[in-house]
Amino acid sequence: MVRSLAGDGAAYATLLRRLNGHLRAYYLRRLGFGRSADAEDLLQETLIAMHARRSTYDTSRPFTAWVHSIARYKLIDHFRRNKRRAEEPLDDMDQLFAVSDSNAVEARIDVDRLLQRLPPKSRRLVRDVKLRGLSTVEAAQQNSISESAVKVGVHRALKSLGAEIQDEES
Amino acid sequence: MRTDDLIEALAGDSAPLPSRALSRTLGLGLALGAVVSVAIMVLWLGVRPDLMDAMRTGPFWMKFAYALSVAALGFGLIERLARPDGEGGVFGPMLLAPLGVMTALAIYQLWGAPEELRMTMMLGHTYQICERNIVIVSAPIFLGLFWAMRSLAPTRLTFAGAVAGLLAGATGTFIYAFHCDESAAPFVAIWYTLGIAAVGVLGALLGRSLLRW
Repeated sequence: MVRSLAGDGAAYATLLRRLNGHLRAYYLRRLGFGRSADAEDLLQETLIAMHARRSTYDTSRPFTAWVHSIARYKLIDHFRRNKRRAEEPLDDMDQLFAVSDSNAVEARIDVDRLLQRLPPKSRRLVRDVKLRGLSTVEAAQQNSISESAVKVGVHRALKSLGAEIQDEES
Repeated sequence: MRTDDLIEALAGDSAPLPSRALSRTLGLGLALGAVVSVAIMVLWLGVRPDLMDAMRTGPFWMKFAYALSVAALGFGLIERLARPDGEGGVFGPMLLAPLGVMTALAIYQLWGAPEELRMTMMLGHTYQICERNIVIVSAPIFLGLFWAMRSLAPTRLTFAGAVAGLLAGATGTFIYAFHCDESAAPFVAIWYTLGIAAVGVLGALLGRSLLRW
């Protein structure tokens, strides 16, 4: 990004292409996989916003934090807009979508809340394997532990979560 | 539009940004607004006729120091809040410092003054118009700053709006002080503060709708 700000177009294109993948995954996960058109719109909107407001990036701070803040702002803005649309009884289709939207968000929030109860290491493993869809091998590499440790870790984490959910419901 | 095409288009438009581009944008908004504000102050209210004499007195500089220190802290704060990942940091609490000094000075003056003078020191002869004038003089700066902020990326809109308002109010107050001939610290502590705060509240109320992007 530092090179892009200095006017290096090639570096900028590479950067945008890489962000493209990350951001698409980010929005797909949060909107639900059935809403890929919305995710694509948001993705484009975010890229344009980043470009137009790139002067707000402080080169002494982490670039990922800056991108994440913009992506999250656009996501929240998207939900707010959709909620408003749902409140105006214009047509039924919109309301139908808004309902499924909020379900996805609630599910997402619930999962996050549950994961918070796990110790950081197991939380990361569950995220990598179960949510981000990494293979056991990839997760093992990324966390620099053995494959069997990944399997055992994920298994134990899910078991303790399962127990917690049952406690909560009973 | 396909996302890949969009990326090509954006990458093609990668003119280098000047250094400190964000501060320049904010500074430009502030300066453009201030030029209009000065014009309003000079043409509508008029510079106080005894400006040269007043400049040799303490209260004149006290008013400037108060308005300018709030404005400087406000600028430091708005530079941070214009970034999507910006935190207020130390600047927010530091805003209490000039307010505290001004209040202390006001209390000190009231303490030492004879009782029948105290009301006059608090109300001056312009208390009914002071706050209104500050808001009017600050308005162009307010617009300039909001215009600048709209091209930046604040994510805490109400907070950013409030700070933009405070900064506009403090700068407007600084300009208004060239007209206003009140000199008592209690007057400044009450009515200047209220004027700045009023613009700040206005900014907080408008931030959510005006600063969205």
